[in-house]
Amino acid sequence: MARRLLLALGLFLLPFGAHAERLVLSVSQPEVLITSSFTGADLVLFGVVEDRPDGEHRYDIAVTVRGPQETFVTWRKSRVLGLYINTDSRTFVDSPAVLAIATNRPAALIADPAVLRREQIGLSRNIFLQRIGTDFADVVPDDPFRLAFLRIKTAEGLYSEHESGVSFLSGAAFRTSFHIPARAPVGTYEVAVKLFEGGRMIADASTVVAVRKDGYGQEMAAFAENHGWLYGFGVAFGALCVGLGANFLFRRD
Amino acid sequence: MTIYLPIAEIPVAIFTIFAMGLAVGFISGMFGVGGGFLMTPLLIFTGVPAAVAVASVSAHMAASSFSGALSYLRKGLIDLPLAGFLLAGGLLGTGLGVAAFALMRALGQVDLLISVSYVLLLTGVGTLMLVESVRFILRAWGGAKPSIRRPGTHGWFLRLPLKMRFRRSRIYVSVIPVVVLGLGVGFLGALLGVGGGFLLVPALIYLLRVPTQTSIGTALVLTLVTMVSATIMHAAFNGTVDAILALILMIGGTMGAQFGARTGQRLKAEYLRLLLALLVLAVGLRVGYDLVRPPTDQFAVTNTER
Repeated sequence: MARRLLLALGLFLLPFGAHAERLVLSVSQPEVLITSSFTGADLVLFGVVEDRPDGEHRYDIAVTVRGPQETFVTWRKSRVLGLYINTDSRTFVDSPAVLAIATNRPAALIADPAVLRREQIGLSRNIFLQRIGTDFADVVPDDPFRLAFLRIKTAEGLYSEHESGVSFLSGAAFRTSFHIPARAPVGTYEVAVKLFEGGRMIADASTVVAVRKDGYGQEMAAFAENHGWLYGFGVAFGALCVGLGANFLFRRD
Repeated sequence: MTIYLPIAEIPVAIFTIFAMGLAVGFISGMFGVGGGFLMTPLLIFTGVPAAVAVASVSAHMAASSFSGALSYLRKGLIDLPLAGFLLAGGLLGTGLGVAAFALMRALGQVDLLISVSYVLLLTGVGTLMLVESVRFILRAWGGAKPSIRRPGTHGWFLRLPLKMRFRRSRIYVSVIPVVVLGLGVGFLGALLGVGGGFLLVPALIYLLRVPTQTSIGTALVLTLVTMVSATIMHAAFNGTVDAILALILMIGGTMGAQFGARTGQRLKAEYLRLLLALLVLAVGLRVGYDLVRPPTDQFAVTNTER
């Protein structure tokens, strides 16, 4: 029903707009389960550009994966009285814990800077909200704190940018792969895909990947969260048992 | 082989953590120190979030100190009444320390204050112990009869009222300095996030003139009680105790502590004191070096939620 409605809407809009492309996405693993042997997950995203108007098309694709939001503080050390201490900091509010960007060719070739900035394509153009005193704002891309933040996150494998990470299988079908690192937090990961043609964004679509704990780890984390005291007493009692057991085992006499 | 830690939310190499537990356990069993001042930085270095490292190490230290304390108890090297008086002061001091910590955090630069107090305390205590033990060993080599228990050289504070006889420690002192000592160790322990064993052992030896082995055994009891309560508190209020991480550390730690305790009892007391002095001094200098050395990366990113 919804599909038919969309189709009708598409047909209705067709005479007025030159573009009526639609993105259909499929992610290889909509749910990533973290078990005790989890070392990260590699996911593949397939997409098809549907309802293409007739004629030759040269599409560009930008895929952005954003992990759950967390707040980070970037510190800068400087020398005071011969000691290196944290003297300055910037708080990056509600920033994605994981940020992976893939395009089929360098973003600068896809569209002009204003469009890329508006669509937040690329690490340097993603908006990071900073709290400076009581104000909230993003700063210029070459701000040293912002650069250091991106550099450190990239080195940790949590942020990445691949300018040829998307490949076209045909004129309309594409695929890309992205990695959920082992250090990534649990939560909902948003996969946003934007379709460009001739320097303009003509369609977008998004899907989500849920990352959650599974098995005994999930049960333990839930118990620790819901019954903190009981969990604490349990761990303390377990610790004493291990101590007693070890002492008994290694007793010489 | 890696294992995913459910509370810390990171994978770790299981044998690396085990080896760390073994090594620190050996040291803690040998000297009667909790080992937290070594274990916590090691864990943070492998990528465990600081809050989880501190909380899980307290569970590990509970197991390690219990195992060690049982060995000392069987050998009659624990002075329970002395431990009781120290604990009374220690618990009060912990409360005061936690309050002072919150106050300093509100004023900012709490990290710097902790590092600087660490350096001053560790290098100070370490140097005093080093000088004393070297002098003692040299005197023993020179053929003089070594005697650390010189009558008449007791400090004035030991002659305060409320005197009590602590049989195991073979001392007859006022309980006031004992409670004050517990209070001071508890205060600094809570402030610096350490169990306090490395402060208490030298204090018992040099201030109260308790025999070295009894000092170690008694300090283990104190570590045990504070670490059990710390584990429960951290789990209840911060949710940062990772049972899997703690278990790996415990198994390594308790095994290490057994060997450590045995080695410690075999070593001559003055050499044990010399080694502890060197260890304390080394950690103090290491923290100091980090403060004055230009950092490899001027910037660092911390997560406010983990």
